Amino acid sequence: MSKLQVENVSVSFGGSQVLKDISIHLEQGELVSLLGVSGSGKTTLFNVISGLLKPQSGTVVLNGEEITGKPGKISYMLQKDLLLPYRTIQDNVALPLIFQGMRKKAARKKASSMFEEFGLAGTETKYPSQLSGGMRQRAALLRTYMFSQDVALLDEPFSALDTLTKTQIHHWYLEVMEKIHLSTLFITHDIDEAILLSDRIYILTGKPGEILDEIVVKEPKPREADFALSDAFLEYKRTIIRRLEESGVTGVSL
Amino acid sequence: MIRKFRNIIRSKGPAVVAILAIIGIWEFLCVSGAVPRYMLPTPGDVVTSLISDRELLWFNAKVTLQEAFYGLGIGIAIGFVFAVLMDMFETLYRALYPVMVLSQTIPTVAIAPLLVLWFGYEMKPKIILVVIASFFPIAVGLLDGFKSADPDSVNLLRSMGAGRWRIFRYLKAPSALPSFFSGLRIATAYSVVTAVISEWLGGFNGLGVYMTRVKKAYAFDKMFAVIILISIVSLVLIAIVSILERVCMPYRHLDDADRQDS
Repeated sequence: MSKLQVENVSVSFGGSQVLKDISIHLEQGELVSLLGVSGSGKTTLFNVISGLLKPQSGTVVLNGEEITGKPGKISYMLQKDLLLPYRTIQDNVALPLIFQGMRKKAARKKASSMFEEFGLAGTETKYPSQLSGGMRQRAALLRTYMFSQDVALLDEPFSALDTLTKTQIHHWYLEVMEKIHLSTLFITHDIDEAILLSDRIYILTGKPGEILDEIVVKEPKPREADFALSDAFLEYKRTIIRRLEESGVTGVSL
Repeated sequence: MIRKFRNIIRSKGPAVVAILAIIGIWEFLCVSGAVPRYMLPTPGDVVTSLISDRELLWFNAKVTLQEAFYGLGIGIAIGFVFAVLMDMFETLYRALYPVMVLSQTIPTVAIAPLLVLWFGYEMKPKIILVVIASFFPIAVGLLDGFKSADPDSVNLLRSMGAGRWRIFRYLKAPSALPSFFSGLRIATAYSVVTAVISEWLGGFNGLGVYMTRVKKAYAFDKMFAVIILISIVSLVLIAIVSILERVCMPYRHLDDADRQDS
């Protein structure tokens, strides 16, 4: 059984179609990327998966349960960390647990138990403004994890970080994902990032947003640091750019 | 310690010097005879009457403060209810917001006599006037605050299964705190002044009543004393609001050294 299955999802806003017949799936332990140019409806698709938006047609199934149009089952993380500035890190992370009906004290305790794992030890009682961008993203990720346990939806989570921090957080993410048996659906417009992290890549083009192709990145994990410099990497990149250009996306830079 | 002291001097020093200079010029104008003494008392005269009249002043100040407090309290409550409803129902917002702005163009002094005619010389008309004056900054502050909640955060909380109440409790209400306090500071300053003005137009006790009495007696020194007392009272109240603000929003007053960014 797939962790997450999206089938034949179509969405239109006021007569103009945004998503057309999208079908994707995510298996246990996989990291799958949705790679698309801006305006290809990536974020709309995420809103459908998280239940905030009910599609005109199609279904979303999480762990065998249909959740189409039902929020509260799966949460996501954006480029903006959206940590509440007036809550300490541990209270931010514990928030989804409180929404699920846990008492404040128990929720705090459960949240704090994962701080070490996420490299956040010592930040429990700090406020978001006291943390660096990378740390804040980790806290946001931990909050997502607290909520939906084994499936994470990430919408360009690292694109606001500087290159060095980004590289660090990539490695860290793959490690932690492995450790806590997380499956990830990852939206990005960054081709390199998609190849580096993914097991599979869906190429999404618009408009309306459609799945153009699915590319399997066979490179075994954990991936070597110099994978990004290898011929195999460049070959994947070439393939993706060619596919994008064929579909009418021009000026993709290498 | 020494550095902290130096910082205080650097930040507050200029203001202190300016105030001392103004008092100095005032004293000079009186002593040099440029302005006759009976029209403008010296700063010393004012302090003297502030001290000699302290019991009477305090008695009247209590009345005025009471009116200001009740009015402010009711104003906060009504402002809160209106802001919440107007935030929940867009139509209500569109209907009432212009009315609220319009109501602010009516000068308080103009309706005070009416209120006295309607509600008598007791505290009631004064409290009502303070409510009218303080309601607006509170309601607008809260409304702006509620609307300042990031729509992305609203969606995120919804995706976590939060309903309307939880979005209010965990996102909208705390997001509104900063602008609520800005509104509260203004409302607090208004409340004292409005209470005084409403007392001018009829009443038995209060700083405003005292003011009209000493005016009729041409006791300029006492006049100045009561004006200074009113500003001291307002300053103290605003300081209390600032302390409250710090207590309610500790995350806004973190040590700069502790911040990664701001």
